[in-house]
Amino acid sequence: MSAVQETVTQAPALDAVPKRAITLSLGTSLAVLVLLLAFPLFVKNFIIFQMTTVLIYAIAVLALNILTGGSGQFSLGQSAFYALGAYTSAILIEHADMNYALTLPIAGLICFVAGFLFGLPALRLSGVYLALATFALATAMPQLLKLGFIEHWTGGVQGLVVTKPDAPFGLPISQDVWLYYFTLAISIAIYVAAVNLLKSRSGRALMAIRDNEIAASAMGVDVAMYKTLAFGVSAGITGIAGGLGAIAVQFVAPDSYTIQLAIALFLGMVVGGVGWLPGSIVGAAFIVFVPNIAEGISKGLSGAVFGVLLFIVIFLVPHGARQVALVAQSLIGKIRRN
Amino acid sequence: MLSRPHLRIAAFSTAVIASVAFSGSALAQKKYDTGATDTEIKIGNIMPYSGPASAYGVIGKTEEAYFKMVNDNGGIKGRKINFISYDDGYSPPKAVEQVRKLVESDEVLVVFNPLGTPSNTAIQKYLNSKKVPQLFVATGATKWNDPKNFPWTIGWQPSYQSEARIYAKYLLKEKPDGKVAILYQNDDFGKDYLKGLKDGLGAKASMIIAEESYETTEPTIDNHIVKLKSTGADVFLNIATPKFAAQAIKKVHEVDWKPLHIVTNVSASVGGVMKPAGLEASQGVLSAAYAKDGADPQWSSDADFKKWIAFVDKYMPGADKNDGSIVFGYGVAQTLVKTLEMCGDDLTRANVMKQAASLKDFTPDTLLPGVKINTSATDFAPISQLQMMRFKGEKWDLFGDIISGDLSN
Repeated sequence: MSAVQETVTQAPALDAVPKRAITLSLGTSLAVLVLLLAFPLFVKNFIIFQMTTVLIYAIAVLALNILTGGSGQFSLGQSAFYALGAYTSAILIEHADMNYALTLPIAGLICFVAGFLFGLPALRLSGVYLALATFALATAMPQLLKLGFIEHWTGGVQGLVVTKPDAPFGLPISQDVWLYYFTLAISIAIYVAAVNLLKSRSGRALMAIRDNEIAASAMGVDVAMYKTLAFGVSAGITGIAGGLGAIAVQFVAPDSYTIQLAIALFLGMVVGGVGWLPGSIVGAAFIVFVPNIAEGISKGLSGAVFGVLLFIVIFLVPHGARQVALVAQSLIGKIRRN
Repeated sequence: MLSRPHLRIAAFSTAVIASVAFSGSALAQKKYDTGATDTEIKIGNIMPYSGPASAYGVIGKTEEAYFKMVNDNGGIKGRKINFISYDDGYSPPKAVEQVRKLVESDEVLVVFNPLGTPSNTAIQKYLNSKKVPQLFVATGATKWNDPKNFPWTIGWQPSYQSEARIYAKYLLKEKPDGKVAILYQNDDFGKDYLKGLKDGLGAKASMIIAEESYETTEPTIDNHIVKLKSTGADVFLNIATPKFAAQAIKKVHEVDWKPLHIVTNVSASVGGVMKPAGLEASQGVLSAAYAKDGADPQWSSDADFKKWIAFVDKYMPGADKNDGSIVFGYGVAQTLVKTLEMCGDDLTRANVMKQAASLKDFTPDTLLPGVKINTSATDFAPISQLQMMRFKGEKWDLFGDIISGDLSN
């Protein structure tokens, strides 16, 4: 937990402008939004698909950010909730013939409940012990999905093929472009909601717990309730990301949701900057693109190259993308003053 | 969701964007789809170079070495093979991403020998809707032979079901009054074998007097063996992956059960199963094979197999000849080259698929003598023959005829 506290206390601009600490300024936000909106007009479908993947992972990283950056709890079990969301969507689409968009809130709700329930006993654990408990959840998930008595719905080891949605209302755009905008809309909604959550009374309660649990409870914060709630909200958002992932990839299988996914999401959060929500998309881009770059450098040693790249990032910018953003902001500020 | 534009630009610059027209150009006689030109044929592939199944990565490396050899010898009708192979880490979402990159960014002619049942299932729908051949997939599941619903997907190795039918044929001939006990792994692999066996036995499926399934999470399967022995069966079918197959062979020996014992081709490795189970316990165990064994001295004087040995020595120096993946990769790469040669100057995706489905009695250097590759518009299972073998001493002895796993024969 000390790592989180460190990030918070060491970033100098945080104290001066607390509201900016978790977001970007309005101008920058709009500029990035315009870029994301215009982006599919210029690139091929494959890159649009990759960007959709980035957005989906960004939602999952954001969820982890709320948990770790917000309430200071660690989780290595996000892949389990991601899988639960993905399977919920896939099963509802394929077996219940439900509209794909309607399955997402259901996936989110089921994961919220699952996360809330898991959060109850997990409350008694803190720091590395909680990380280990969630790690166990992530390890167990792929095997649970293979269980015989639910095979009729899950497809067992064979997994489940999901139909990709066409653009609605006869819009003349490809499936990939439609899915990109669909994902973008959901991402923005979740981002805005997350920012509001962290800026609200509940958000302040969460951060108080993160900074000092005893002090928070002395101030009248219901520590147990808020911690479990943070777990539930984080799991719910991860579930929505999982459902979107199933629709984009058109396939769910136990092998898709191993512990490696949980570690990747954790990595994305650290690279993006713990507690800094806009960093989520940078972290997501890192976990999608950097392995490909590593493979391009050396196929046999892709893992080692990835490790070296990660090491460089952590060494040069230990606070992730937030640090880069802060440096850029202060540079721009200096130029303006001159 | 917000981002740093310059980071994204940096990331995208890594993606290679080629500018080849999508439709085939109408040059005289020569017909090309995306990925083929007068000088080059682009072949895409995905392999688990990392992750839980990374041992199979050797197959990709063998194929790369094989195509290098083909290019060194002048290529295919003067066209060099450009083999682009990506790592999917045995993860279906990554497989989809990498295959889309191959098709839409690298613009390959075909996707060749992608490995693993989950990864292939994940990309099958996409490739078929894009009409890109999913050629000679590296998995033993039976579902790849479905030309009606998936005309752009074709298998290569014998399916688990055809292998099981061969055991059924053998049993019907050698032990028509046998009482069969089966141990199978409770997943698609085990169930495919079980189905093949029942189909093969047909009306005589009542020969099966006991079925036991196990989960891969069980630490030991000893209790299943004891239970199966108590049924009084005299035939034992050991449908297990290597670790469990070895445990079963050992336990059968320990409890002094002496059935006619069959293990699957998946678990026929001398080094990986028979030796760990104990050579004494393994004597007389039966299995079936379709390819030559790199470790077996009887093939070192075989004219065709000498080509394989020369290839490994020259293009993969230092590689372990006991590794079945090198035999596999060589055979499947040779099948692709044969298919491309048959295409002549008509290198369209439709023609590649047509030629892949028109292989007649083709014999790669690494297949057992008599095992032939045959395909047709309705038969997308290239290899469906195997030969029975018996474990004796420290190696497998082949015996009997080459048997076909087709239901009709």
